[in-house]
Amino acid sequence: MTAKLTVRNVVVAALLIALALLPVYAEFGGNRFVLTLFTRIVILAMAAVSLNLILGFGGMMSFGHAAYLGIGGYAVGILAHEGVTSGFVQWPVALAVSALFALVIGALSLRTRGVYFIMITLAFAQMAYYIVSGLARYGGDDGLTIYKRSQFFEPLNLSSKVQFYYLCLALLYGSVYVVYRLINSRFGLVIQGARSNDTRMRAIGFPTYRYKLACFVIAGTMCGLSGALLANHTDFVSPAMMYWTRSGDLIIMVVLGGMGSVAGPVFGAVALLVLEEVLSSITEYWQIILGPLLLLVVLFARGGIDGLLRQAGPKPEQKVHQ
Amino acid sequence: MSALLQVENLAKRFGGIIATDDIVLNVAAGELHAVIGPNGAGKTTLIAQLSGQLMADSGRIHFEGHDITRLPPYKRSALGLARSFQITSLFLDFSVLDNVALAVQARAGHSFHFWRDARTETALREPARAALARVGLDKRADWPASALSHGEHRQLELAMALAGSPRMLLLDEPMAGLGPEESARMVDMLRALKKELTILLVEHDMEAVFALADRITVLVYGRVIASGKPDEIRNNAAVRDAYLGENEGAGHG
Repeated sequence: MTAKLTVRNVVVAALLIALALLPVYAEFGGNRFVLTLFTRIVILAMAAVSLNLILGFGGMMSFGHAAYLGIGGYAVGILAHEGVTSGFVQWPVALAVSALFALVIGALSLRTRGVYFIMITLAFAQMAYYIVSGLARYGGDDGLTIYKRSQFFEPLNLSSKVQFYYLCLALLYGSVYVVYRLINSRFGLVIQGARSNDTRMRAIGFPTYRYKLACFVIAGTMCGLSGALLANHTDFVSPAMMYWTRSGDLIIMVVLGGMGSVAGPVFGAVALLVLEEVLSSITEYWQIILGPLLLLVVLFARGGIDGLLRQAGPKPEQKVHQ
Repeated sequence: MSALLQVENLAKRFGGIIATDDIVLNVAAGELHAVIGPNGAGKTTLIAQLSGQLMADSGRIHFEGHDITRLPPYKRSALGLARSFQITSLFLDFSVLDNVALAVQARAGHSFHFWRDARTETALREPARAALARVGLDKRADWPASALSHGEHRQLELAMALAGSPRMLLLDEPMAGLGPEESARMVDMLRALKKELTILLVEHDMEAVFALADRITVLVYGRVIASGKPDEIRNNAAVRDAYLGENEGAGHG
């Protein structure tokens, strides 16, 4: 693959490099808070990347994606509470439980379409929310403090802010690459074909249900991993991690960054969370500013931030008018 | 009788409306069999039942000796029964070549391949390019499908049906909305195709039907009122009354 030197590619590369150099800035600028903020951004960006796989590429409008954040987080939290602190146990369990949850939810909800699909995924996520709220042994509504982060082999120490940041960043870049490979594979073309015209896909011989289900499970598992990271980041899990407004935040990140663009959700997560941070430091009514801003993006920039970047600079040759 | 497609007493009702009623139809291997009838005669319903989009209420469908009455569309397509759509139904946000390559991929085993770039697989791209060349769209391969003209969409439909190297084509009004020149080109293309494939053609364009068909079945209100060679159909009194006469009366010839 040869990448062309377009405005968009330059900005994408700049963002990836800036994220990689952030700890250096935090160290020498003496701004430790920015590292904490960006660790959170990177983790949620990964969740948004996973949502984009089903939402942007698969056309599956899931409104319950935060459930996997909670499930991945609680897998780590509950195991830590029970004395199992090895990441080699915690993380695979987080992934497996998320995958299983996605398999069950997907198997049921993918039989419906449109508004019903949105409502049923929302309903299942809220169900998970109320279930963990009722887990009295694990803090119930109040949540659960994690006293020891996931333990891995010697040099890797998740309690080191810089190490943890780089681990999250590596996993984010890894998941972006995985999504990139997936969507260009045979599997990915089937998923996008089903988004474009599901009836036709079935007519030419694809049992689309099982491909969409597999895609749903992959996305859920990936989001479960970011849930495990988030639990380690905050040293705390609570039902709020999987509340429906969090699912909404993830959708906003995807739409803001650009649905169906591999790098889009990373832009979306950075933009939304930085904006939230900046605006809330200016006024406590920051949502009054953020709301209309999002509205403008939805109305006038259909492809989100990534779409705007693609329009900037010289247009690629229009094959249509050859 | 060595029919490739055998339809026995097929029926479909939508509430009180009888869309197809007791249809008996045999298509021999190698023939081009046209199904004609006035609007609402059940032609598209019949195609949908044959391809599996609609399940029949009663009756049986055999294809190459397999009972396919209860098979879902993707399994029928895997047996070599391909359909094209009356209302153009493409992947408009995909490139022309991607559209056809998907049709090839549908017949190339399961698609649980997660890693390799499918757009570089010659096993998918070459047959797709060949199918595009057959319908004369090879120069448009890299265009977005949404940028093609209506006539080119019909050609692309045909290329997709061909790409899976089917045994039999179900064509639902391939001439719909085409200008005279495009229609003539489509007739030429179908004439070339019928040498290699069995075709069931639903079409309103009578000129095209009588130019192409080996046999014709006439549907009216979901029932078969006649079936035979083009000459027999032309001279059949019931058909003239029910259908051709109506057309002549309306001045369409």
